Amino acid sequence: MNIFDIIGPIMVGPSSSHTAGAAKIGFTARQLLREEIQTADIFLHGSFLATGKGHGTDKALIAGLLGMKPDDERIPNSLKIADEKGIKYSFSEIELRNAHPNSVLLKLRGVNTRELEVIASSIGGGQIMINQIDGLEANICACYPTLIVHNVDQPGHVSEVTSMLGHKSVNIATMQLYRDKRGGNAVMVIECDQEIPIEAIDWLKKLEGVVKVTYLSMEENNEF
Amino acid sequence: MSFRSLNEIVTLCATKEKAFWEIILEDDISERLTTREESLQRMKSLYLSMKHADESYEAGIKSASKLVGGDGAKLSESLKKGAVISGPFLGEVMAKALKMGESNACMKKIVAAPTAGSCGVIPAILLTCEEQYHVSGDKMIESLYVASGIGEVIAYRASLSGAAGGCQAEIGSASAMAAGALTYLNGGDTESIVHAAAMALKNLLGLVCDTVAGLVEIPCVKRNVVGAVNAVASADMAVAGIRSRIPPDEVIDAMREIGEGMPKSLRETGEGGLAATPTGQEIALRIME
Repeated sequence: MNIFDIIGPIMVGPSSSHTAGAAKIGFTARQLLREEIQTADIFLHGSFLATGKGHGTDKALIAGLLGMKPDDERIPNSLKIADEKGIKYSFSEIELRNAHPNSVLLKLRGVNTRELEVIASSIGGGQIMINQIDGLEANICACYPTLIVHNVDQPGHVSEVTSMLGHKSVNIATMQLYRDKRGGNAVMVIECDQEIPIEAIDWLKKLEGVVKVTYLSMEENNEF
Repeated sequence: MSFRSLNEIVTLCATKEKAFWEIILEDDISERLTTREESLQRMKSLYLSMKHADESYEAGIKSASKLVGGDGAKLSESLKKGAVISGPFLGEVMAKALKMGESNACMKKIVAAPTAGSCGVIPAILLTCEEQYHVSGDKMIESLYVASGIGEVIAYRASLSGAAGGCQAEIGSASAMAAGALTYLNGGDTESIVHAAAMALKNLLGLVCDTVAGLVEIPCVKRNVVGAVNAVASADMAVAGIRSRIPPDEVIDAMREIGEGMPKSLRETGEGGLAATPTGQEIALRIME
């Protein structure tokens, strides 16, 4: 926490958790998909469901998915903008297990048919947490460049990824490993101090046993 | 590491022979590994955003519940007619606090200070001070460091969230931060700054968060007015040499204890207090439709 968490952020009202945090969730999900959104099915949980409408949570989520940041003055009109762009979206209710009160499940498909499923929560003051990506655990604050590698649970993948990062002089800030079962689907979530070069990510995608590579860049560029 | 007590800041001011704001600025530089220029520039941009938000007020728009909007303009009109008995300074402070709270409820761009729900308190006081007492721009930025230093200690020792500590944690904290900033602008020393903050916080201890329909509208917008007026009163008392008999850090600790003891229905759930009144429930039903 620093003084600019105390005064700030600059944001569109009315609520840092229900509006600013929701916009950040949408924005981060879009960064993870790395494509313009074609369809978005949105499932609201807990307080997002109960008081989201009055707080503009729906508008903020869609605004974020359109690439708007929490201080974008177009947030109140985002649904209309999405309609004009021909983006299909739906809102429904969901009861997520063990979830923070301000949580949402996003099922996204991009214009180039890439798909992504994200569960995220708004944890206060506009800060967010990405809890799950494509059904597997991932606790990401979306404040570092983050690499998410889904792979077959077999020896060697962690060292392939980490030695590549070492080669590219990328320092690892935090690292998490999860799997559904022995020899099943595994995921590594690596938060880094530096951006990872795009060619290194492309190289990872071609490795045997690597199922999917997702990269969350902190660079401002949100044109895909 | 940020400051854990106001006392720590006061002691540092004395040993380093530096102003309150400068201690906070220096800490930010070392905390975020940044430069003095970057920090000052960033704080300035927040101040300019507050000013811009104040100037962009629109009297004609309404919030999600359709119940918030236009009150700031009413008070401004009353001020023009000379009908505001508290006078031009407090009158303008109240009008600005209302306007910012309304802008937030109407999905306009604001600066959370410390939260979105309490975003009107600090700018109402600072902007009015700059307009009516012609304080320099640099000094206004410095006063924001004073405010954020106080806020940092409250965040560490208690909370800035209504869901955790009730409205006292949002409007109360904003009021304490604003009181410290105004005391600095009015020439108060370090001791006066922390006592202004303590008195402001004391006056709002126990304030619950009973938002109608769970929205940042009723009673939040008007509580920004009370937070701002309370800050002015506390700053005036502090500069006059009046002190809080309970030391500032102990007041913050009391706020935490009170917040922890507050029932959940009075912590931003939209269940108790004003939210539970027949009219409050009726409004909630109407919004859900």
